[in-house]
Amino acid sequence: MAHAHTEHAAPAILAEVKPASLPRATLVENHRSFNWVTEKICGIIEGPTPRWWWIAFAISGFLASFTVAGIAYLVSTGVGVWGHNNPANWAWDIVNFVFWIGIGHAGTLISAILCLLRQKWRTSINRAAEAMTIFAVVCAGIFPVFHVGRVWFAVLPGYLFPFPNANAIWPNFRSPLEWDVFAVSTYGTVSVLFWYIGLIPDLAILRDRFFKSGKKVKSFIYGIFAMGWRGSNRHWSNYEMAYLILAGISTPLVLSVHTIVSFDFAVSLLPGWHTTIFPPYFVAGAIFSGFGMVLTLMLPLRAIFHLEDLITQYHIDCMCKIILATGTIVGYAYGIEFFIAWYGSNPYEGFAFINRAFGHYAWAYWIMITCNVVTPQFFWFKKIRENIALVWILSIFVNVGMWFERFVIIVTSLARDFLPSSWGYYSPSAVEIFTFFGTFGVFGVLFLLFIRFLPIMPMAEIKAVMPQADAHGGHDNKH
Amino acid sequence: MAAPLYGLMARFDTAPEIYHAAEKVRDAGFKNWDCITPFPVHGLDGAMGLRRSHVPKFSLIGGLTGFTTGMSMIFFTGAFDYKLIVGGKPYFSPLFAFPISYELTILFTAFATIAGMFILNLLPQHYHPVLKSKEIVRGLDDTFYVVIEARDPKFELARAKALLSAAGAKEISELEA
Repeated sequence: MAHAHTEHAAPAILAEVKPASLPRATLVENHRSFNWVTEKICGIIEGPTPRWWWIAFAISGFLASFTVAGIAYLVSTGVGVWGHNNPANWAWDIVNFVFWIGIGHAGTLISAILCLLRQKWRTSINRAAEAMTIFAVVCAGIFPVFHVGRVWFAVLPGYLFPFPNANAIWPNFRSPLEWDVFAVSTYGTVSVLFWYIGLIPDLAILRDRFFKSGKKVKSFIYGIFAMGWRGSNRHWSNYEMAYLILAGISTPLVLSVHTIVSFDFAVSLLPGWHTTIFPPYFVAGAIFSGFGMVLTLMLPLRAIFHLEDLITQYHIDCMCKIILATGTIVGYAYGIEFFIAWYGSNPYEGFAFINRAFGHYAWAYWIMITCNVVTPQFFWFKKIRENIALVWILSIFVNVGMWFERFVIIVTSLARDFLPSSWGYYSPSAVEIFTFFGTFGVFGVLFLLFIRFLPIMPMAEIKAVMPQADAHGGHDNKH
Repeated sequence: MAAPLYGLMARFDTAPEIYHAAEKVRDAGFKNWDCITPFPVHGLDGAMGLRRSHVPKFSLIGGLTGFTTGMSMIFFTGAFDYKLIVGGKPYFSPLFAFPISYELTILFTAFATIAGMFILNLLPQHYHPVLKSKEIVRGLDDTFYVVIEARDPKFELARAKALLSAAGAKEISELEA
């Protein structure tokens, strides 16, 4: 009856709603098949070792020997070989530690937070990003472990881990430095577990493929780690639940790790450190630098292995936009720090920031501002995001900038504290420089081994987001 | 003598096919059967009639253990084993003990979750009739299989074959135990 009434007037409510079809980005280009994905990813491992790999491995190994030499000299001589002085009691060791830990955060963000947010584009980059996380944590761990000098003291008399020292005293659990030990070791462990769980189905594919091609030894080795995975849906059901829970707990974990790292500074009373903005500011910076590193690593891989169909322009766009967003947050935090230093009317705080920008370390400060605040702004432009070489160069600027951020925060505040009579200047010693640059070699060696022996992309997860994986055959589009 | 029959393995080529086949096998009342898929097919748990996974129970136990471990460790070291005044503050307070307990909650949850997944899946299990099949290479690559086990009370070779053919199986093979 109501219909009759409205017959002559324009209907206020449509009889049928036709929602506009939203364009969904294709995550795998060129309508590739499941088998193509398997062949592509497994082919990297099954093929012969490329010559560039050996060259890169040799260079990385050589670079890594710098760290080994630096550490050996440190342990045999004493922590005095580093350039620390009074008042700059902390310097490159913690700068490098925070730098590497921050890089790791993007891997967990991609694997955990983007999983919870159902960002399907994470699938093709999450394996390599998680590997990056683990290797970055390894590089980060070198510094706190070896800064105790006699490294065995880190464990047994409990400089780091909770064992009582010679006087039977336990570590101070009120100290954020002790919290750091737990945060970072938990982070490393959970990252390895998460990574391994993701690897199991892919290792099973390699096990069976090596078996089929008659390589029994390789099949056996991959088989051990594949745990007898057979793609059973009863297994997938538990597996997916476990994966979801791991993503759920890794999310608060990754946020807590850099929060606690920032507490190392924020809980102290030093001007420039003693600020409440540190936890969110550090987390944003960590994700910013981590995505920079992901791009630095993935763009060459994409070019070398011809992975353009799997890491599409859409993926690169997404990563660039995250760098833009987090980089802008970091820039905002720099501004807020200055504002609060002025607004808080604390002369020491005010001096700390003026000194940062215009004091002895002004060069470092302006490198930081250029790399972290100016660089990401280029990603507003589609033309720049589509220029792969330029994106790669900008991603390196992001890495450099974030290292300088930690250097600026740590060293400027220490070198110019309350009393002018105790002011000093810090320069790194050769041992520190060698140890730090060597960690890029350590990272390179580990990452090269990863791309040679493990599937660099999660095949099962990529297949699950392909259009033909839909069990309902795209019924939804036919309405 | 031929090896005893483990079950039937039927091939399906696409995700919608396995989904509908799973519904048919479920409705036929089988209990000991499975789907082999290269990736988790969305909605297949429902089509197979699987219940919600029990992994979260393991996670909860792990998390509670971790939190308790953290709190009791810090209580034991600072307020029991060697009492030491730090900064004029109480020997123990749940506030400063929280960050470490929080991290240990996550650490123990992660281990418990993974242990739970392996226990519920009965893994590692390196020998399995399905793995012995020559087709498993494709089952983890791009093809889908339904496996009905011979030990299922409703299993009868001819009928099970007919059911799988009716469900659209491209190929049916017999698996040895």
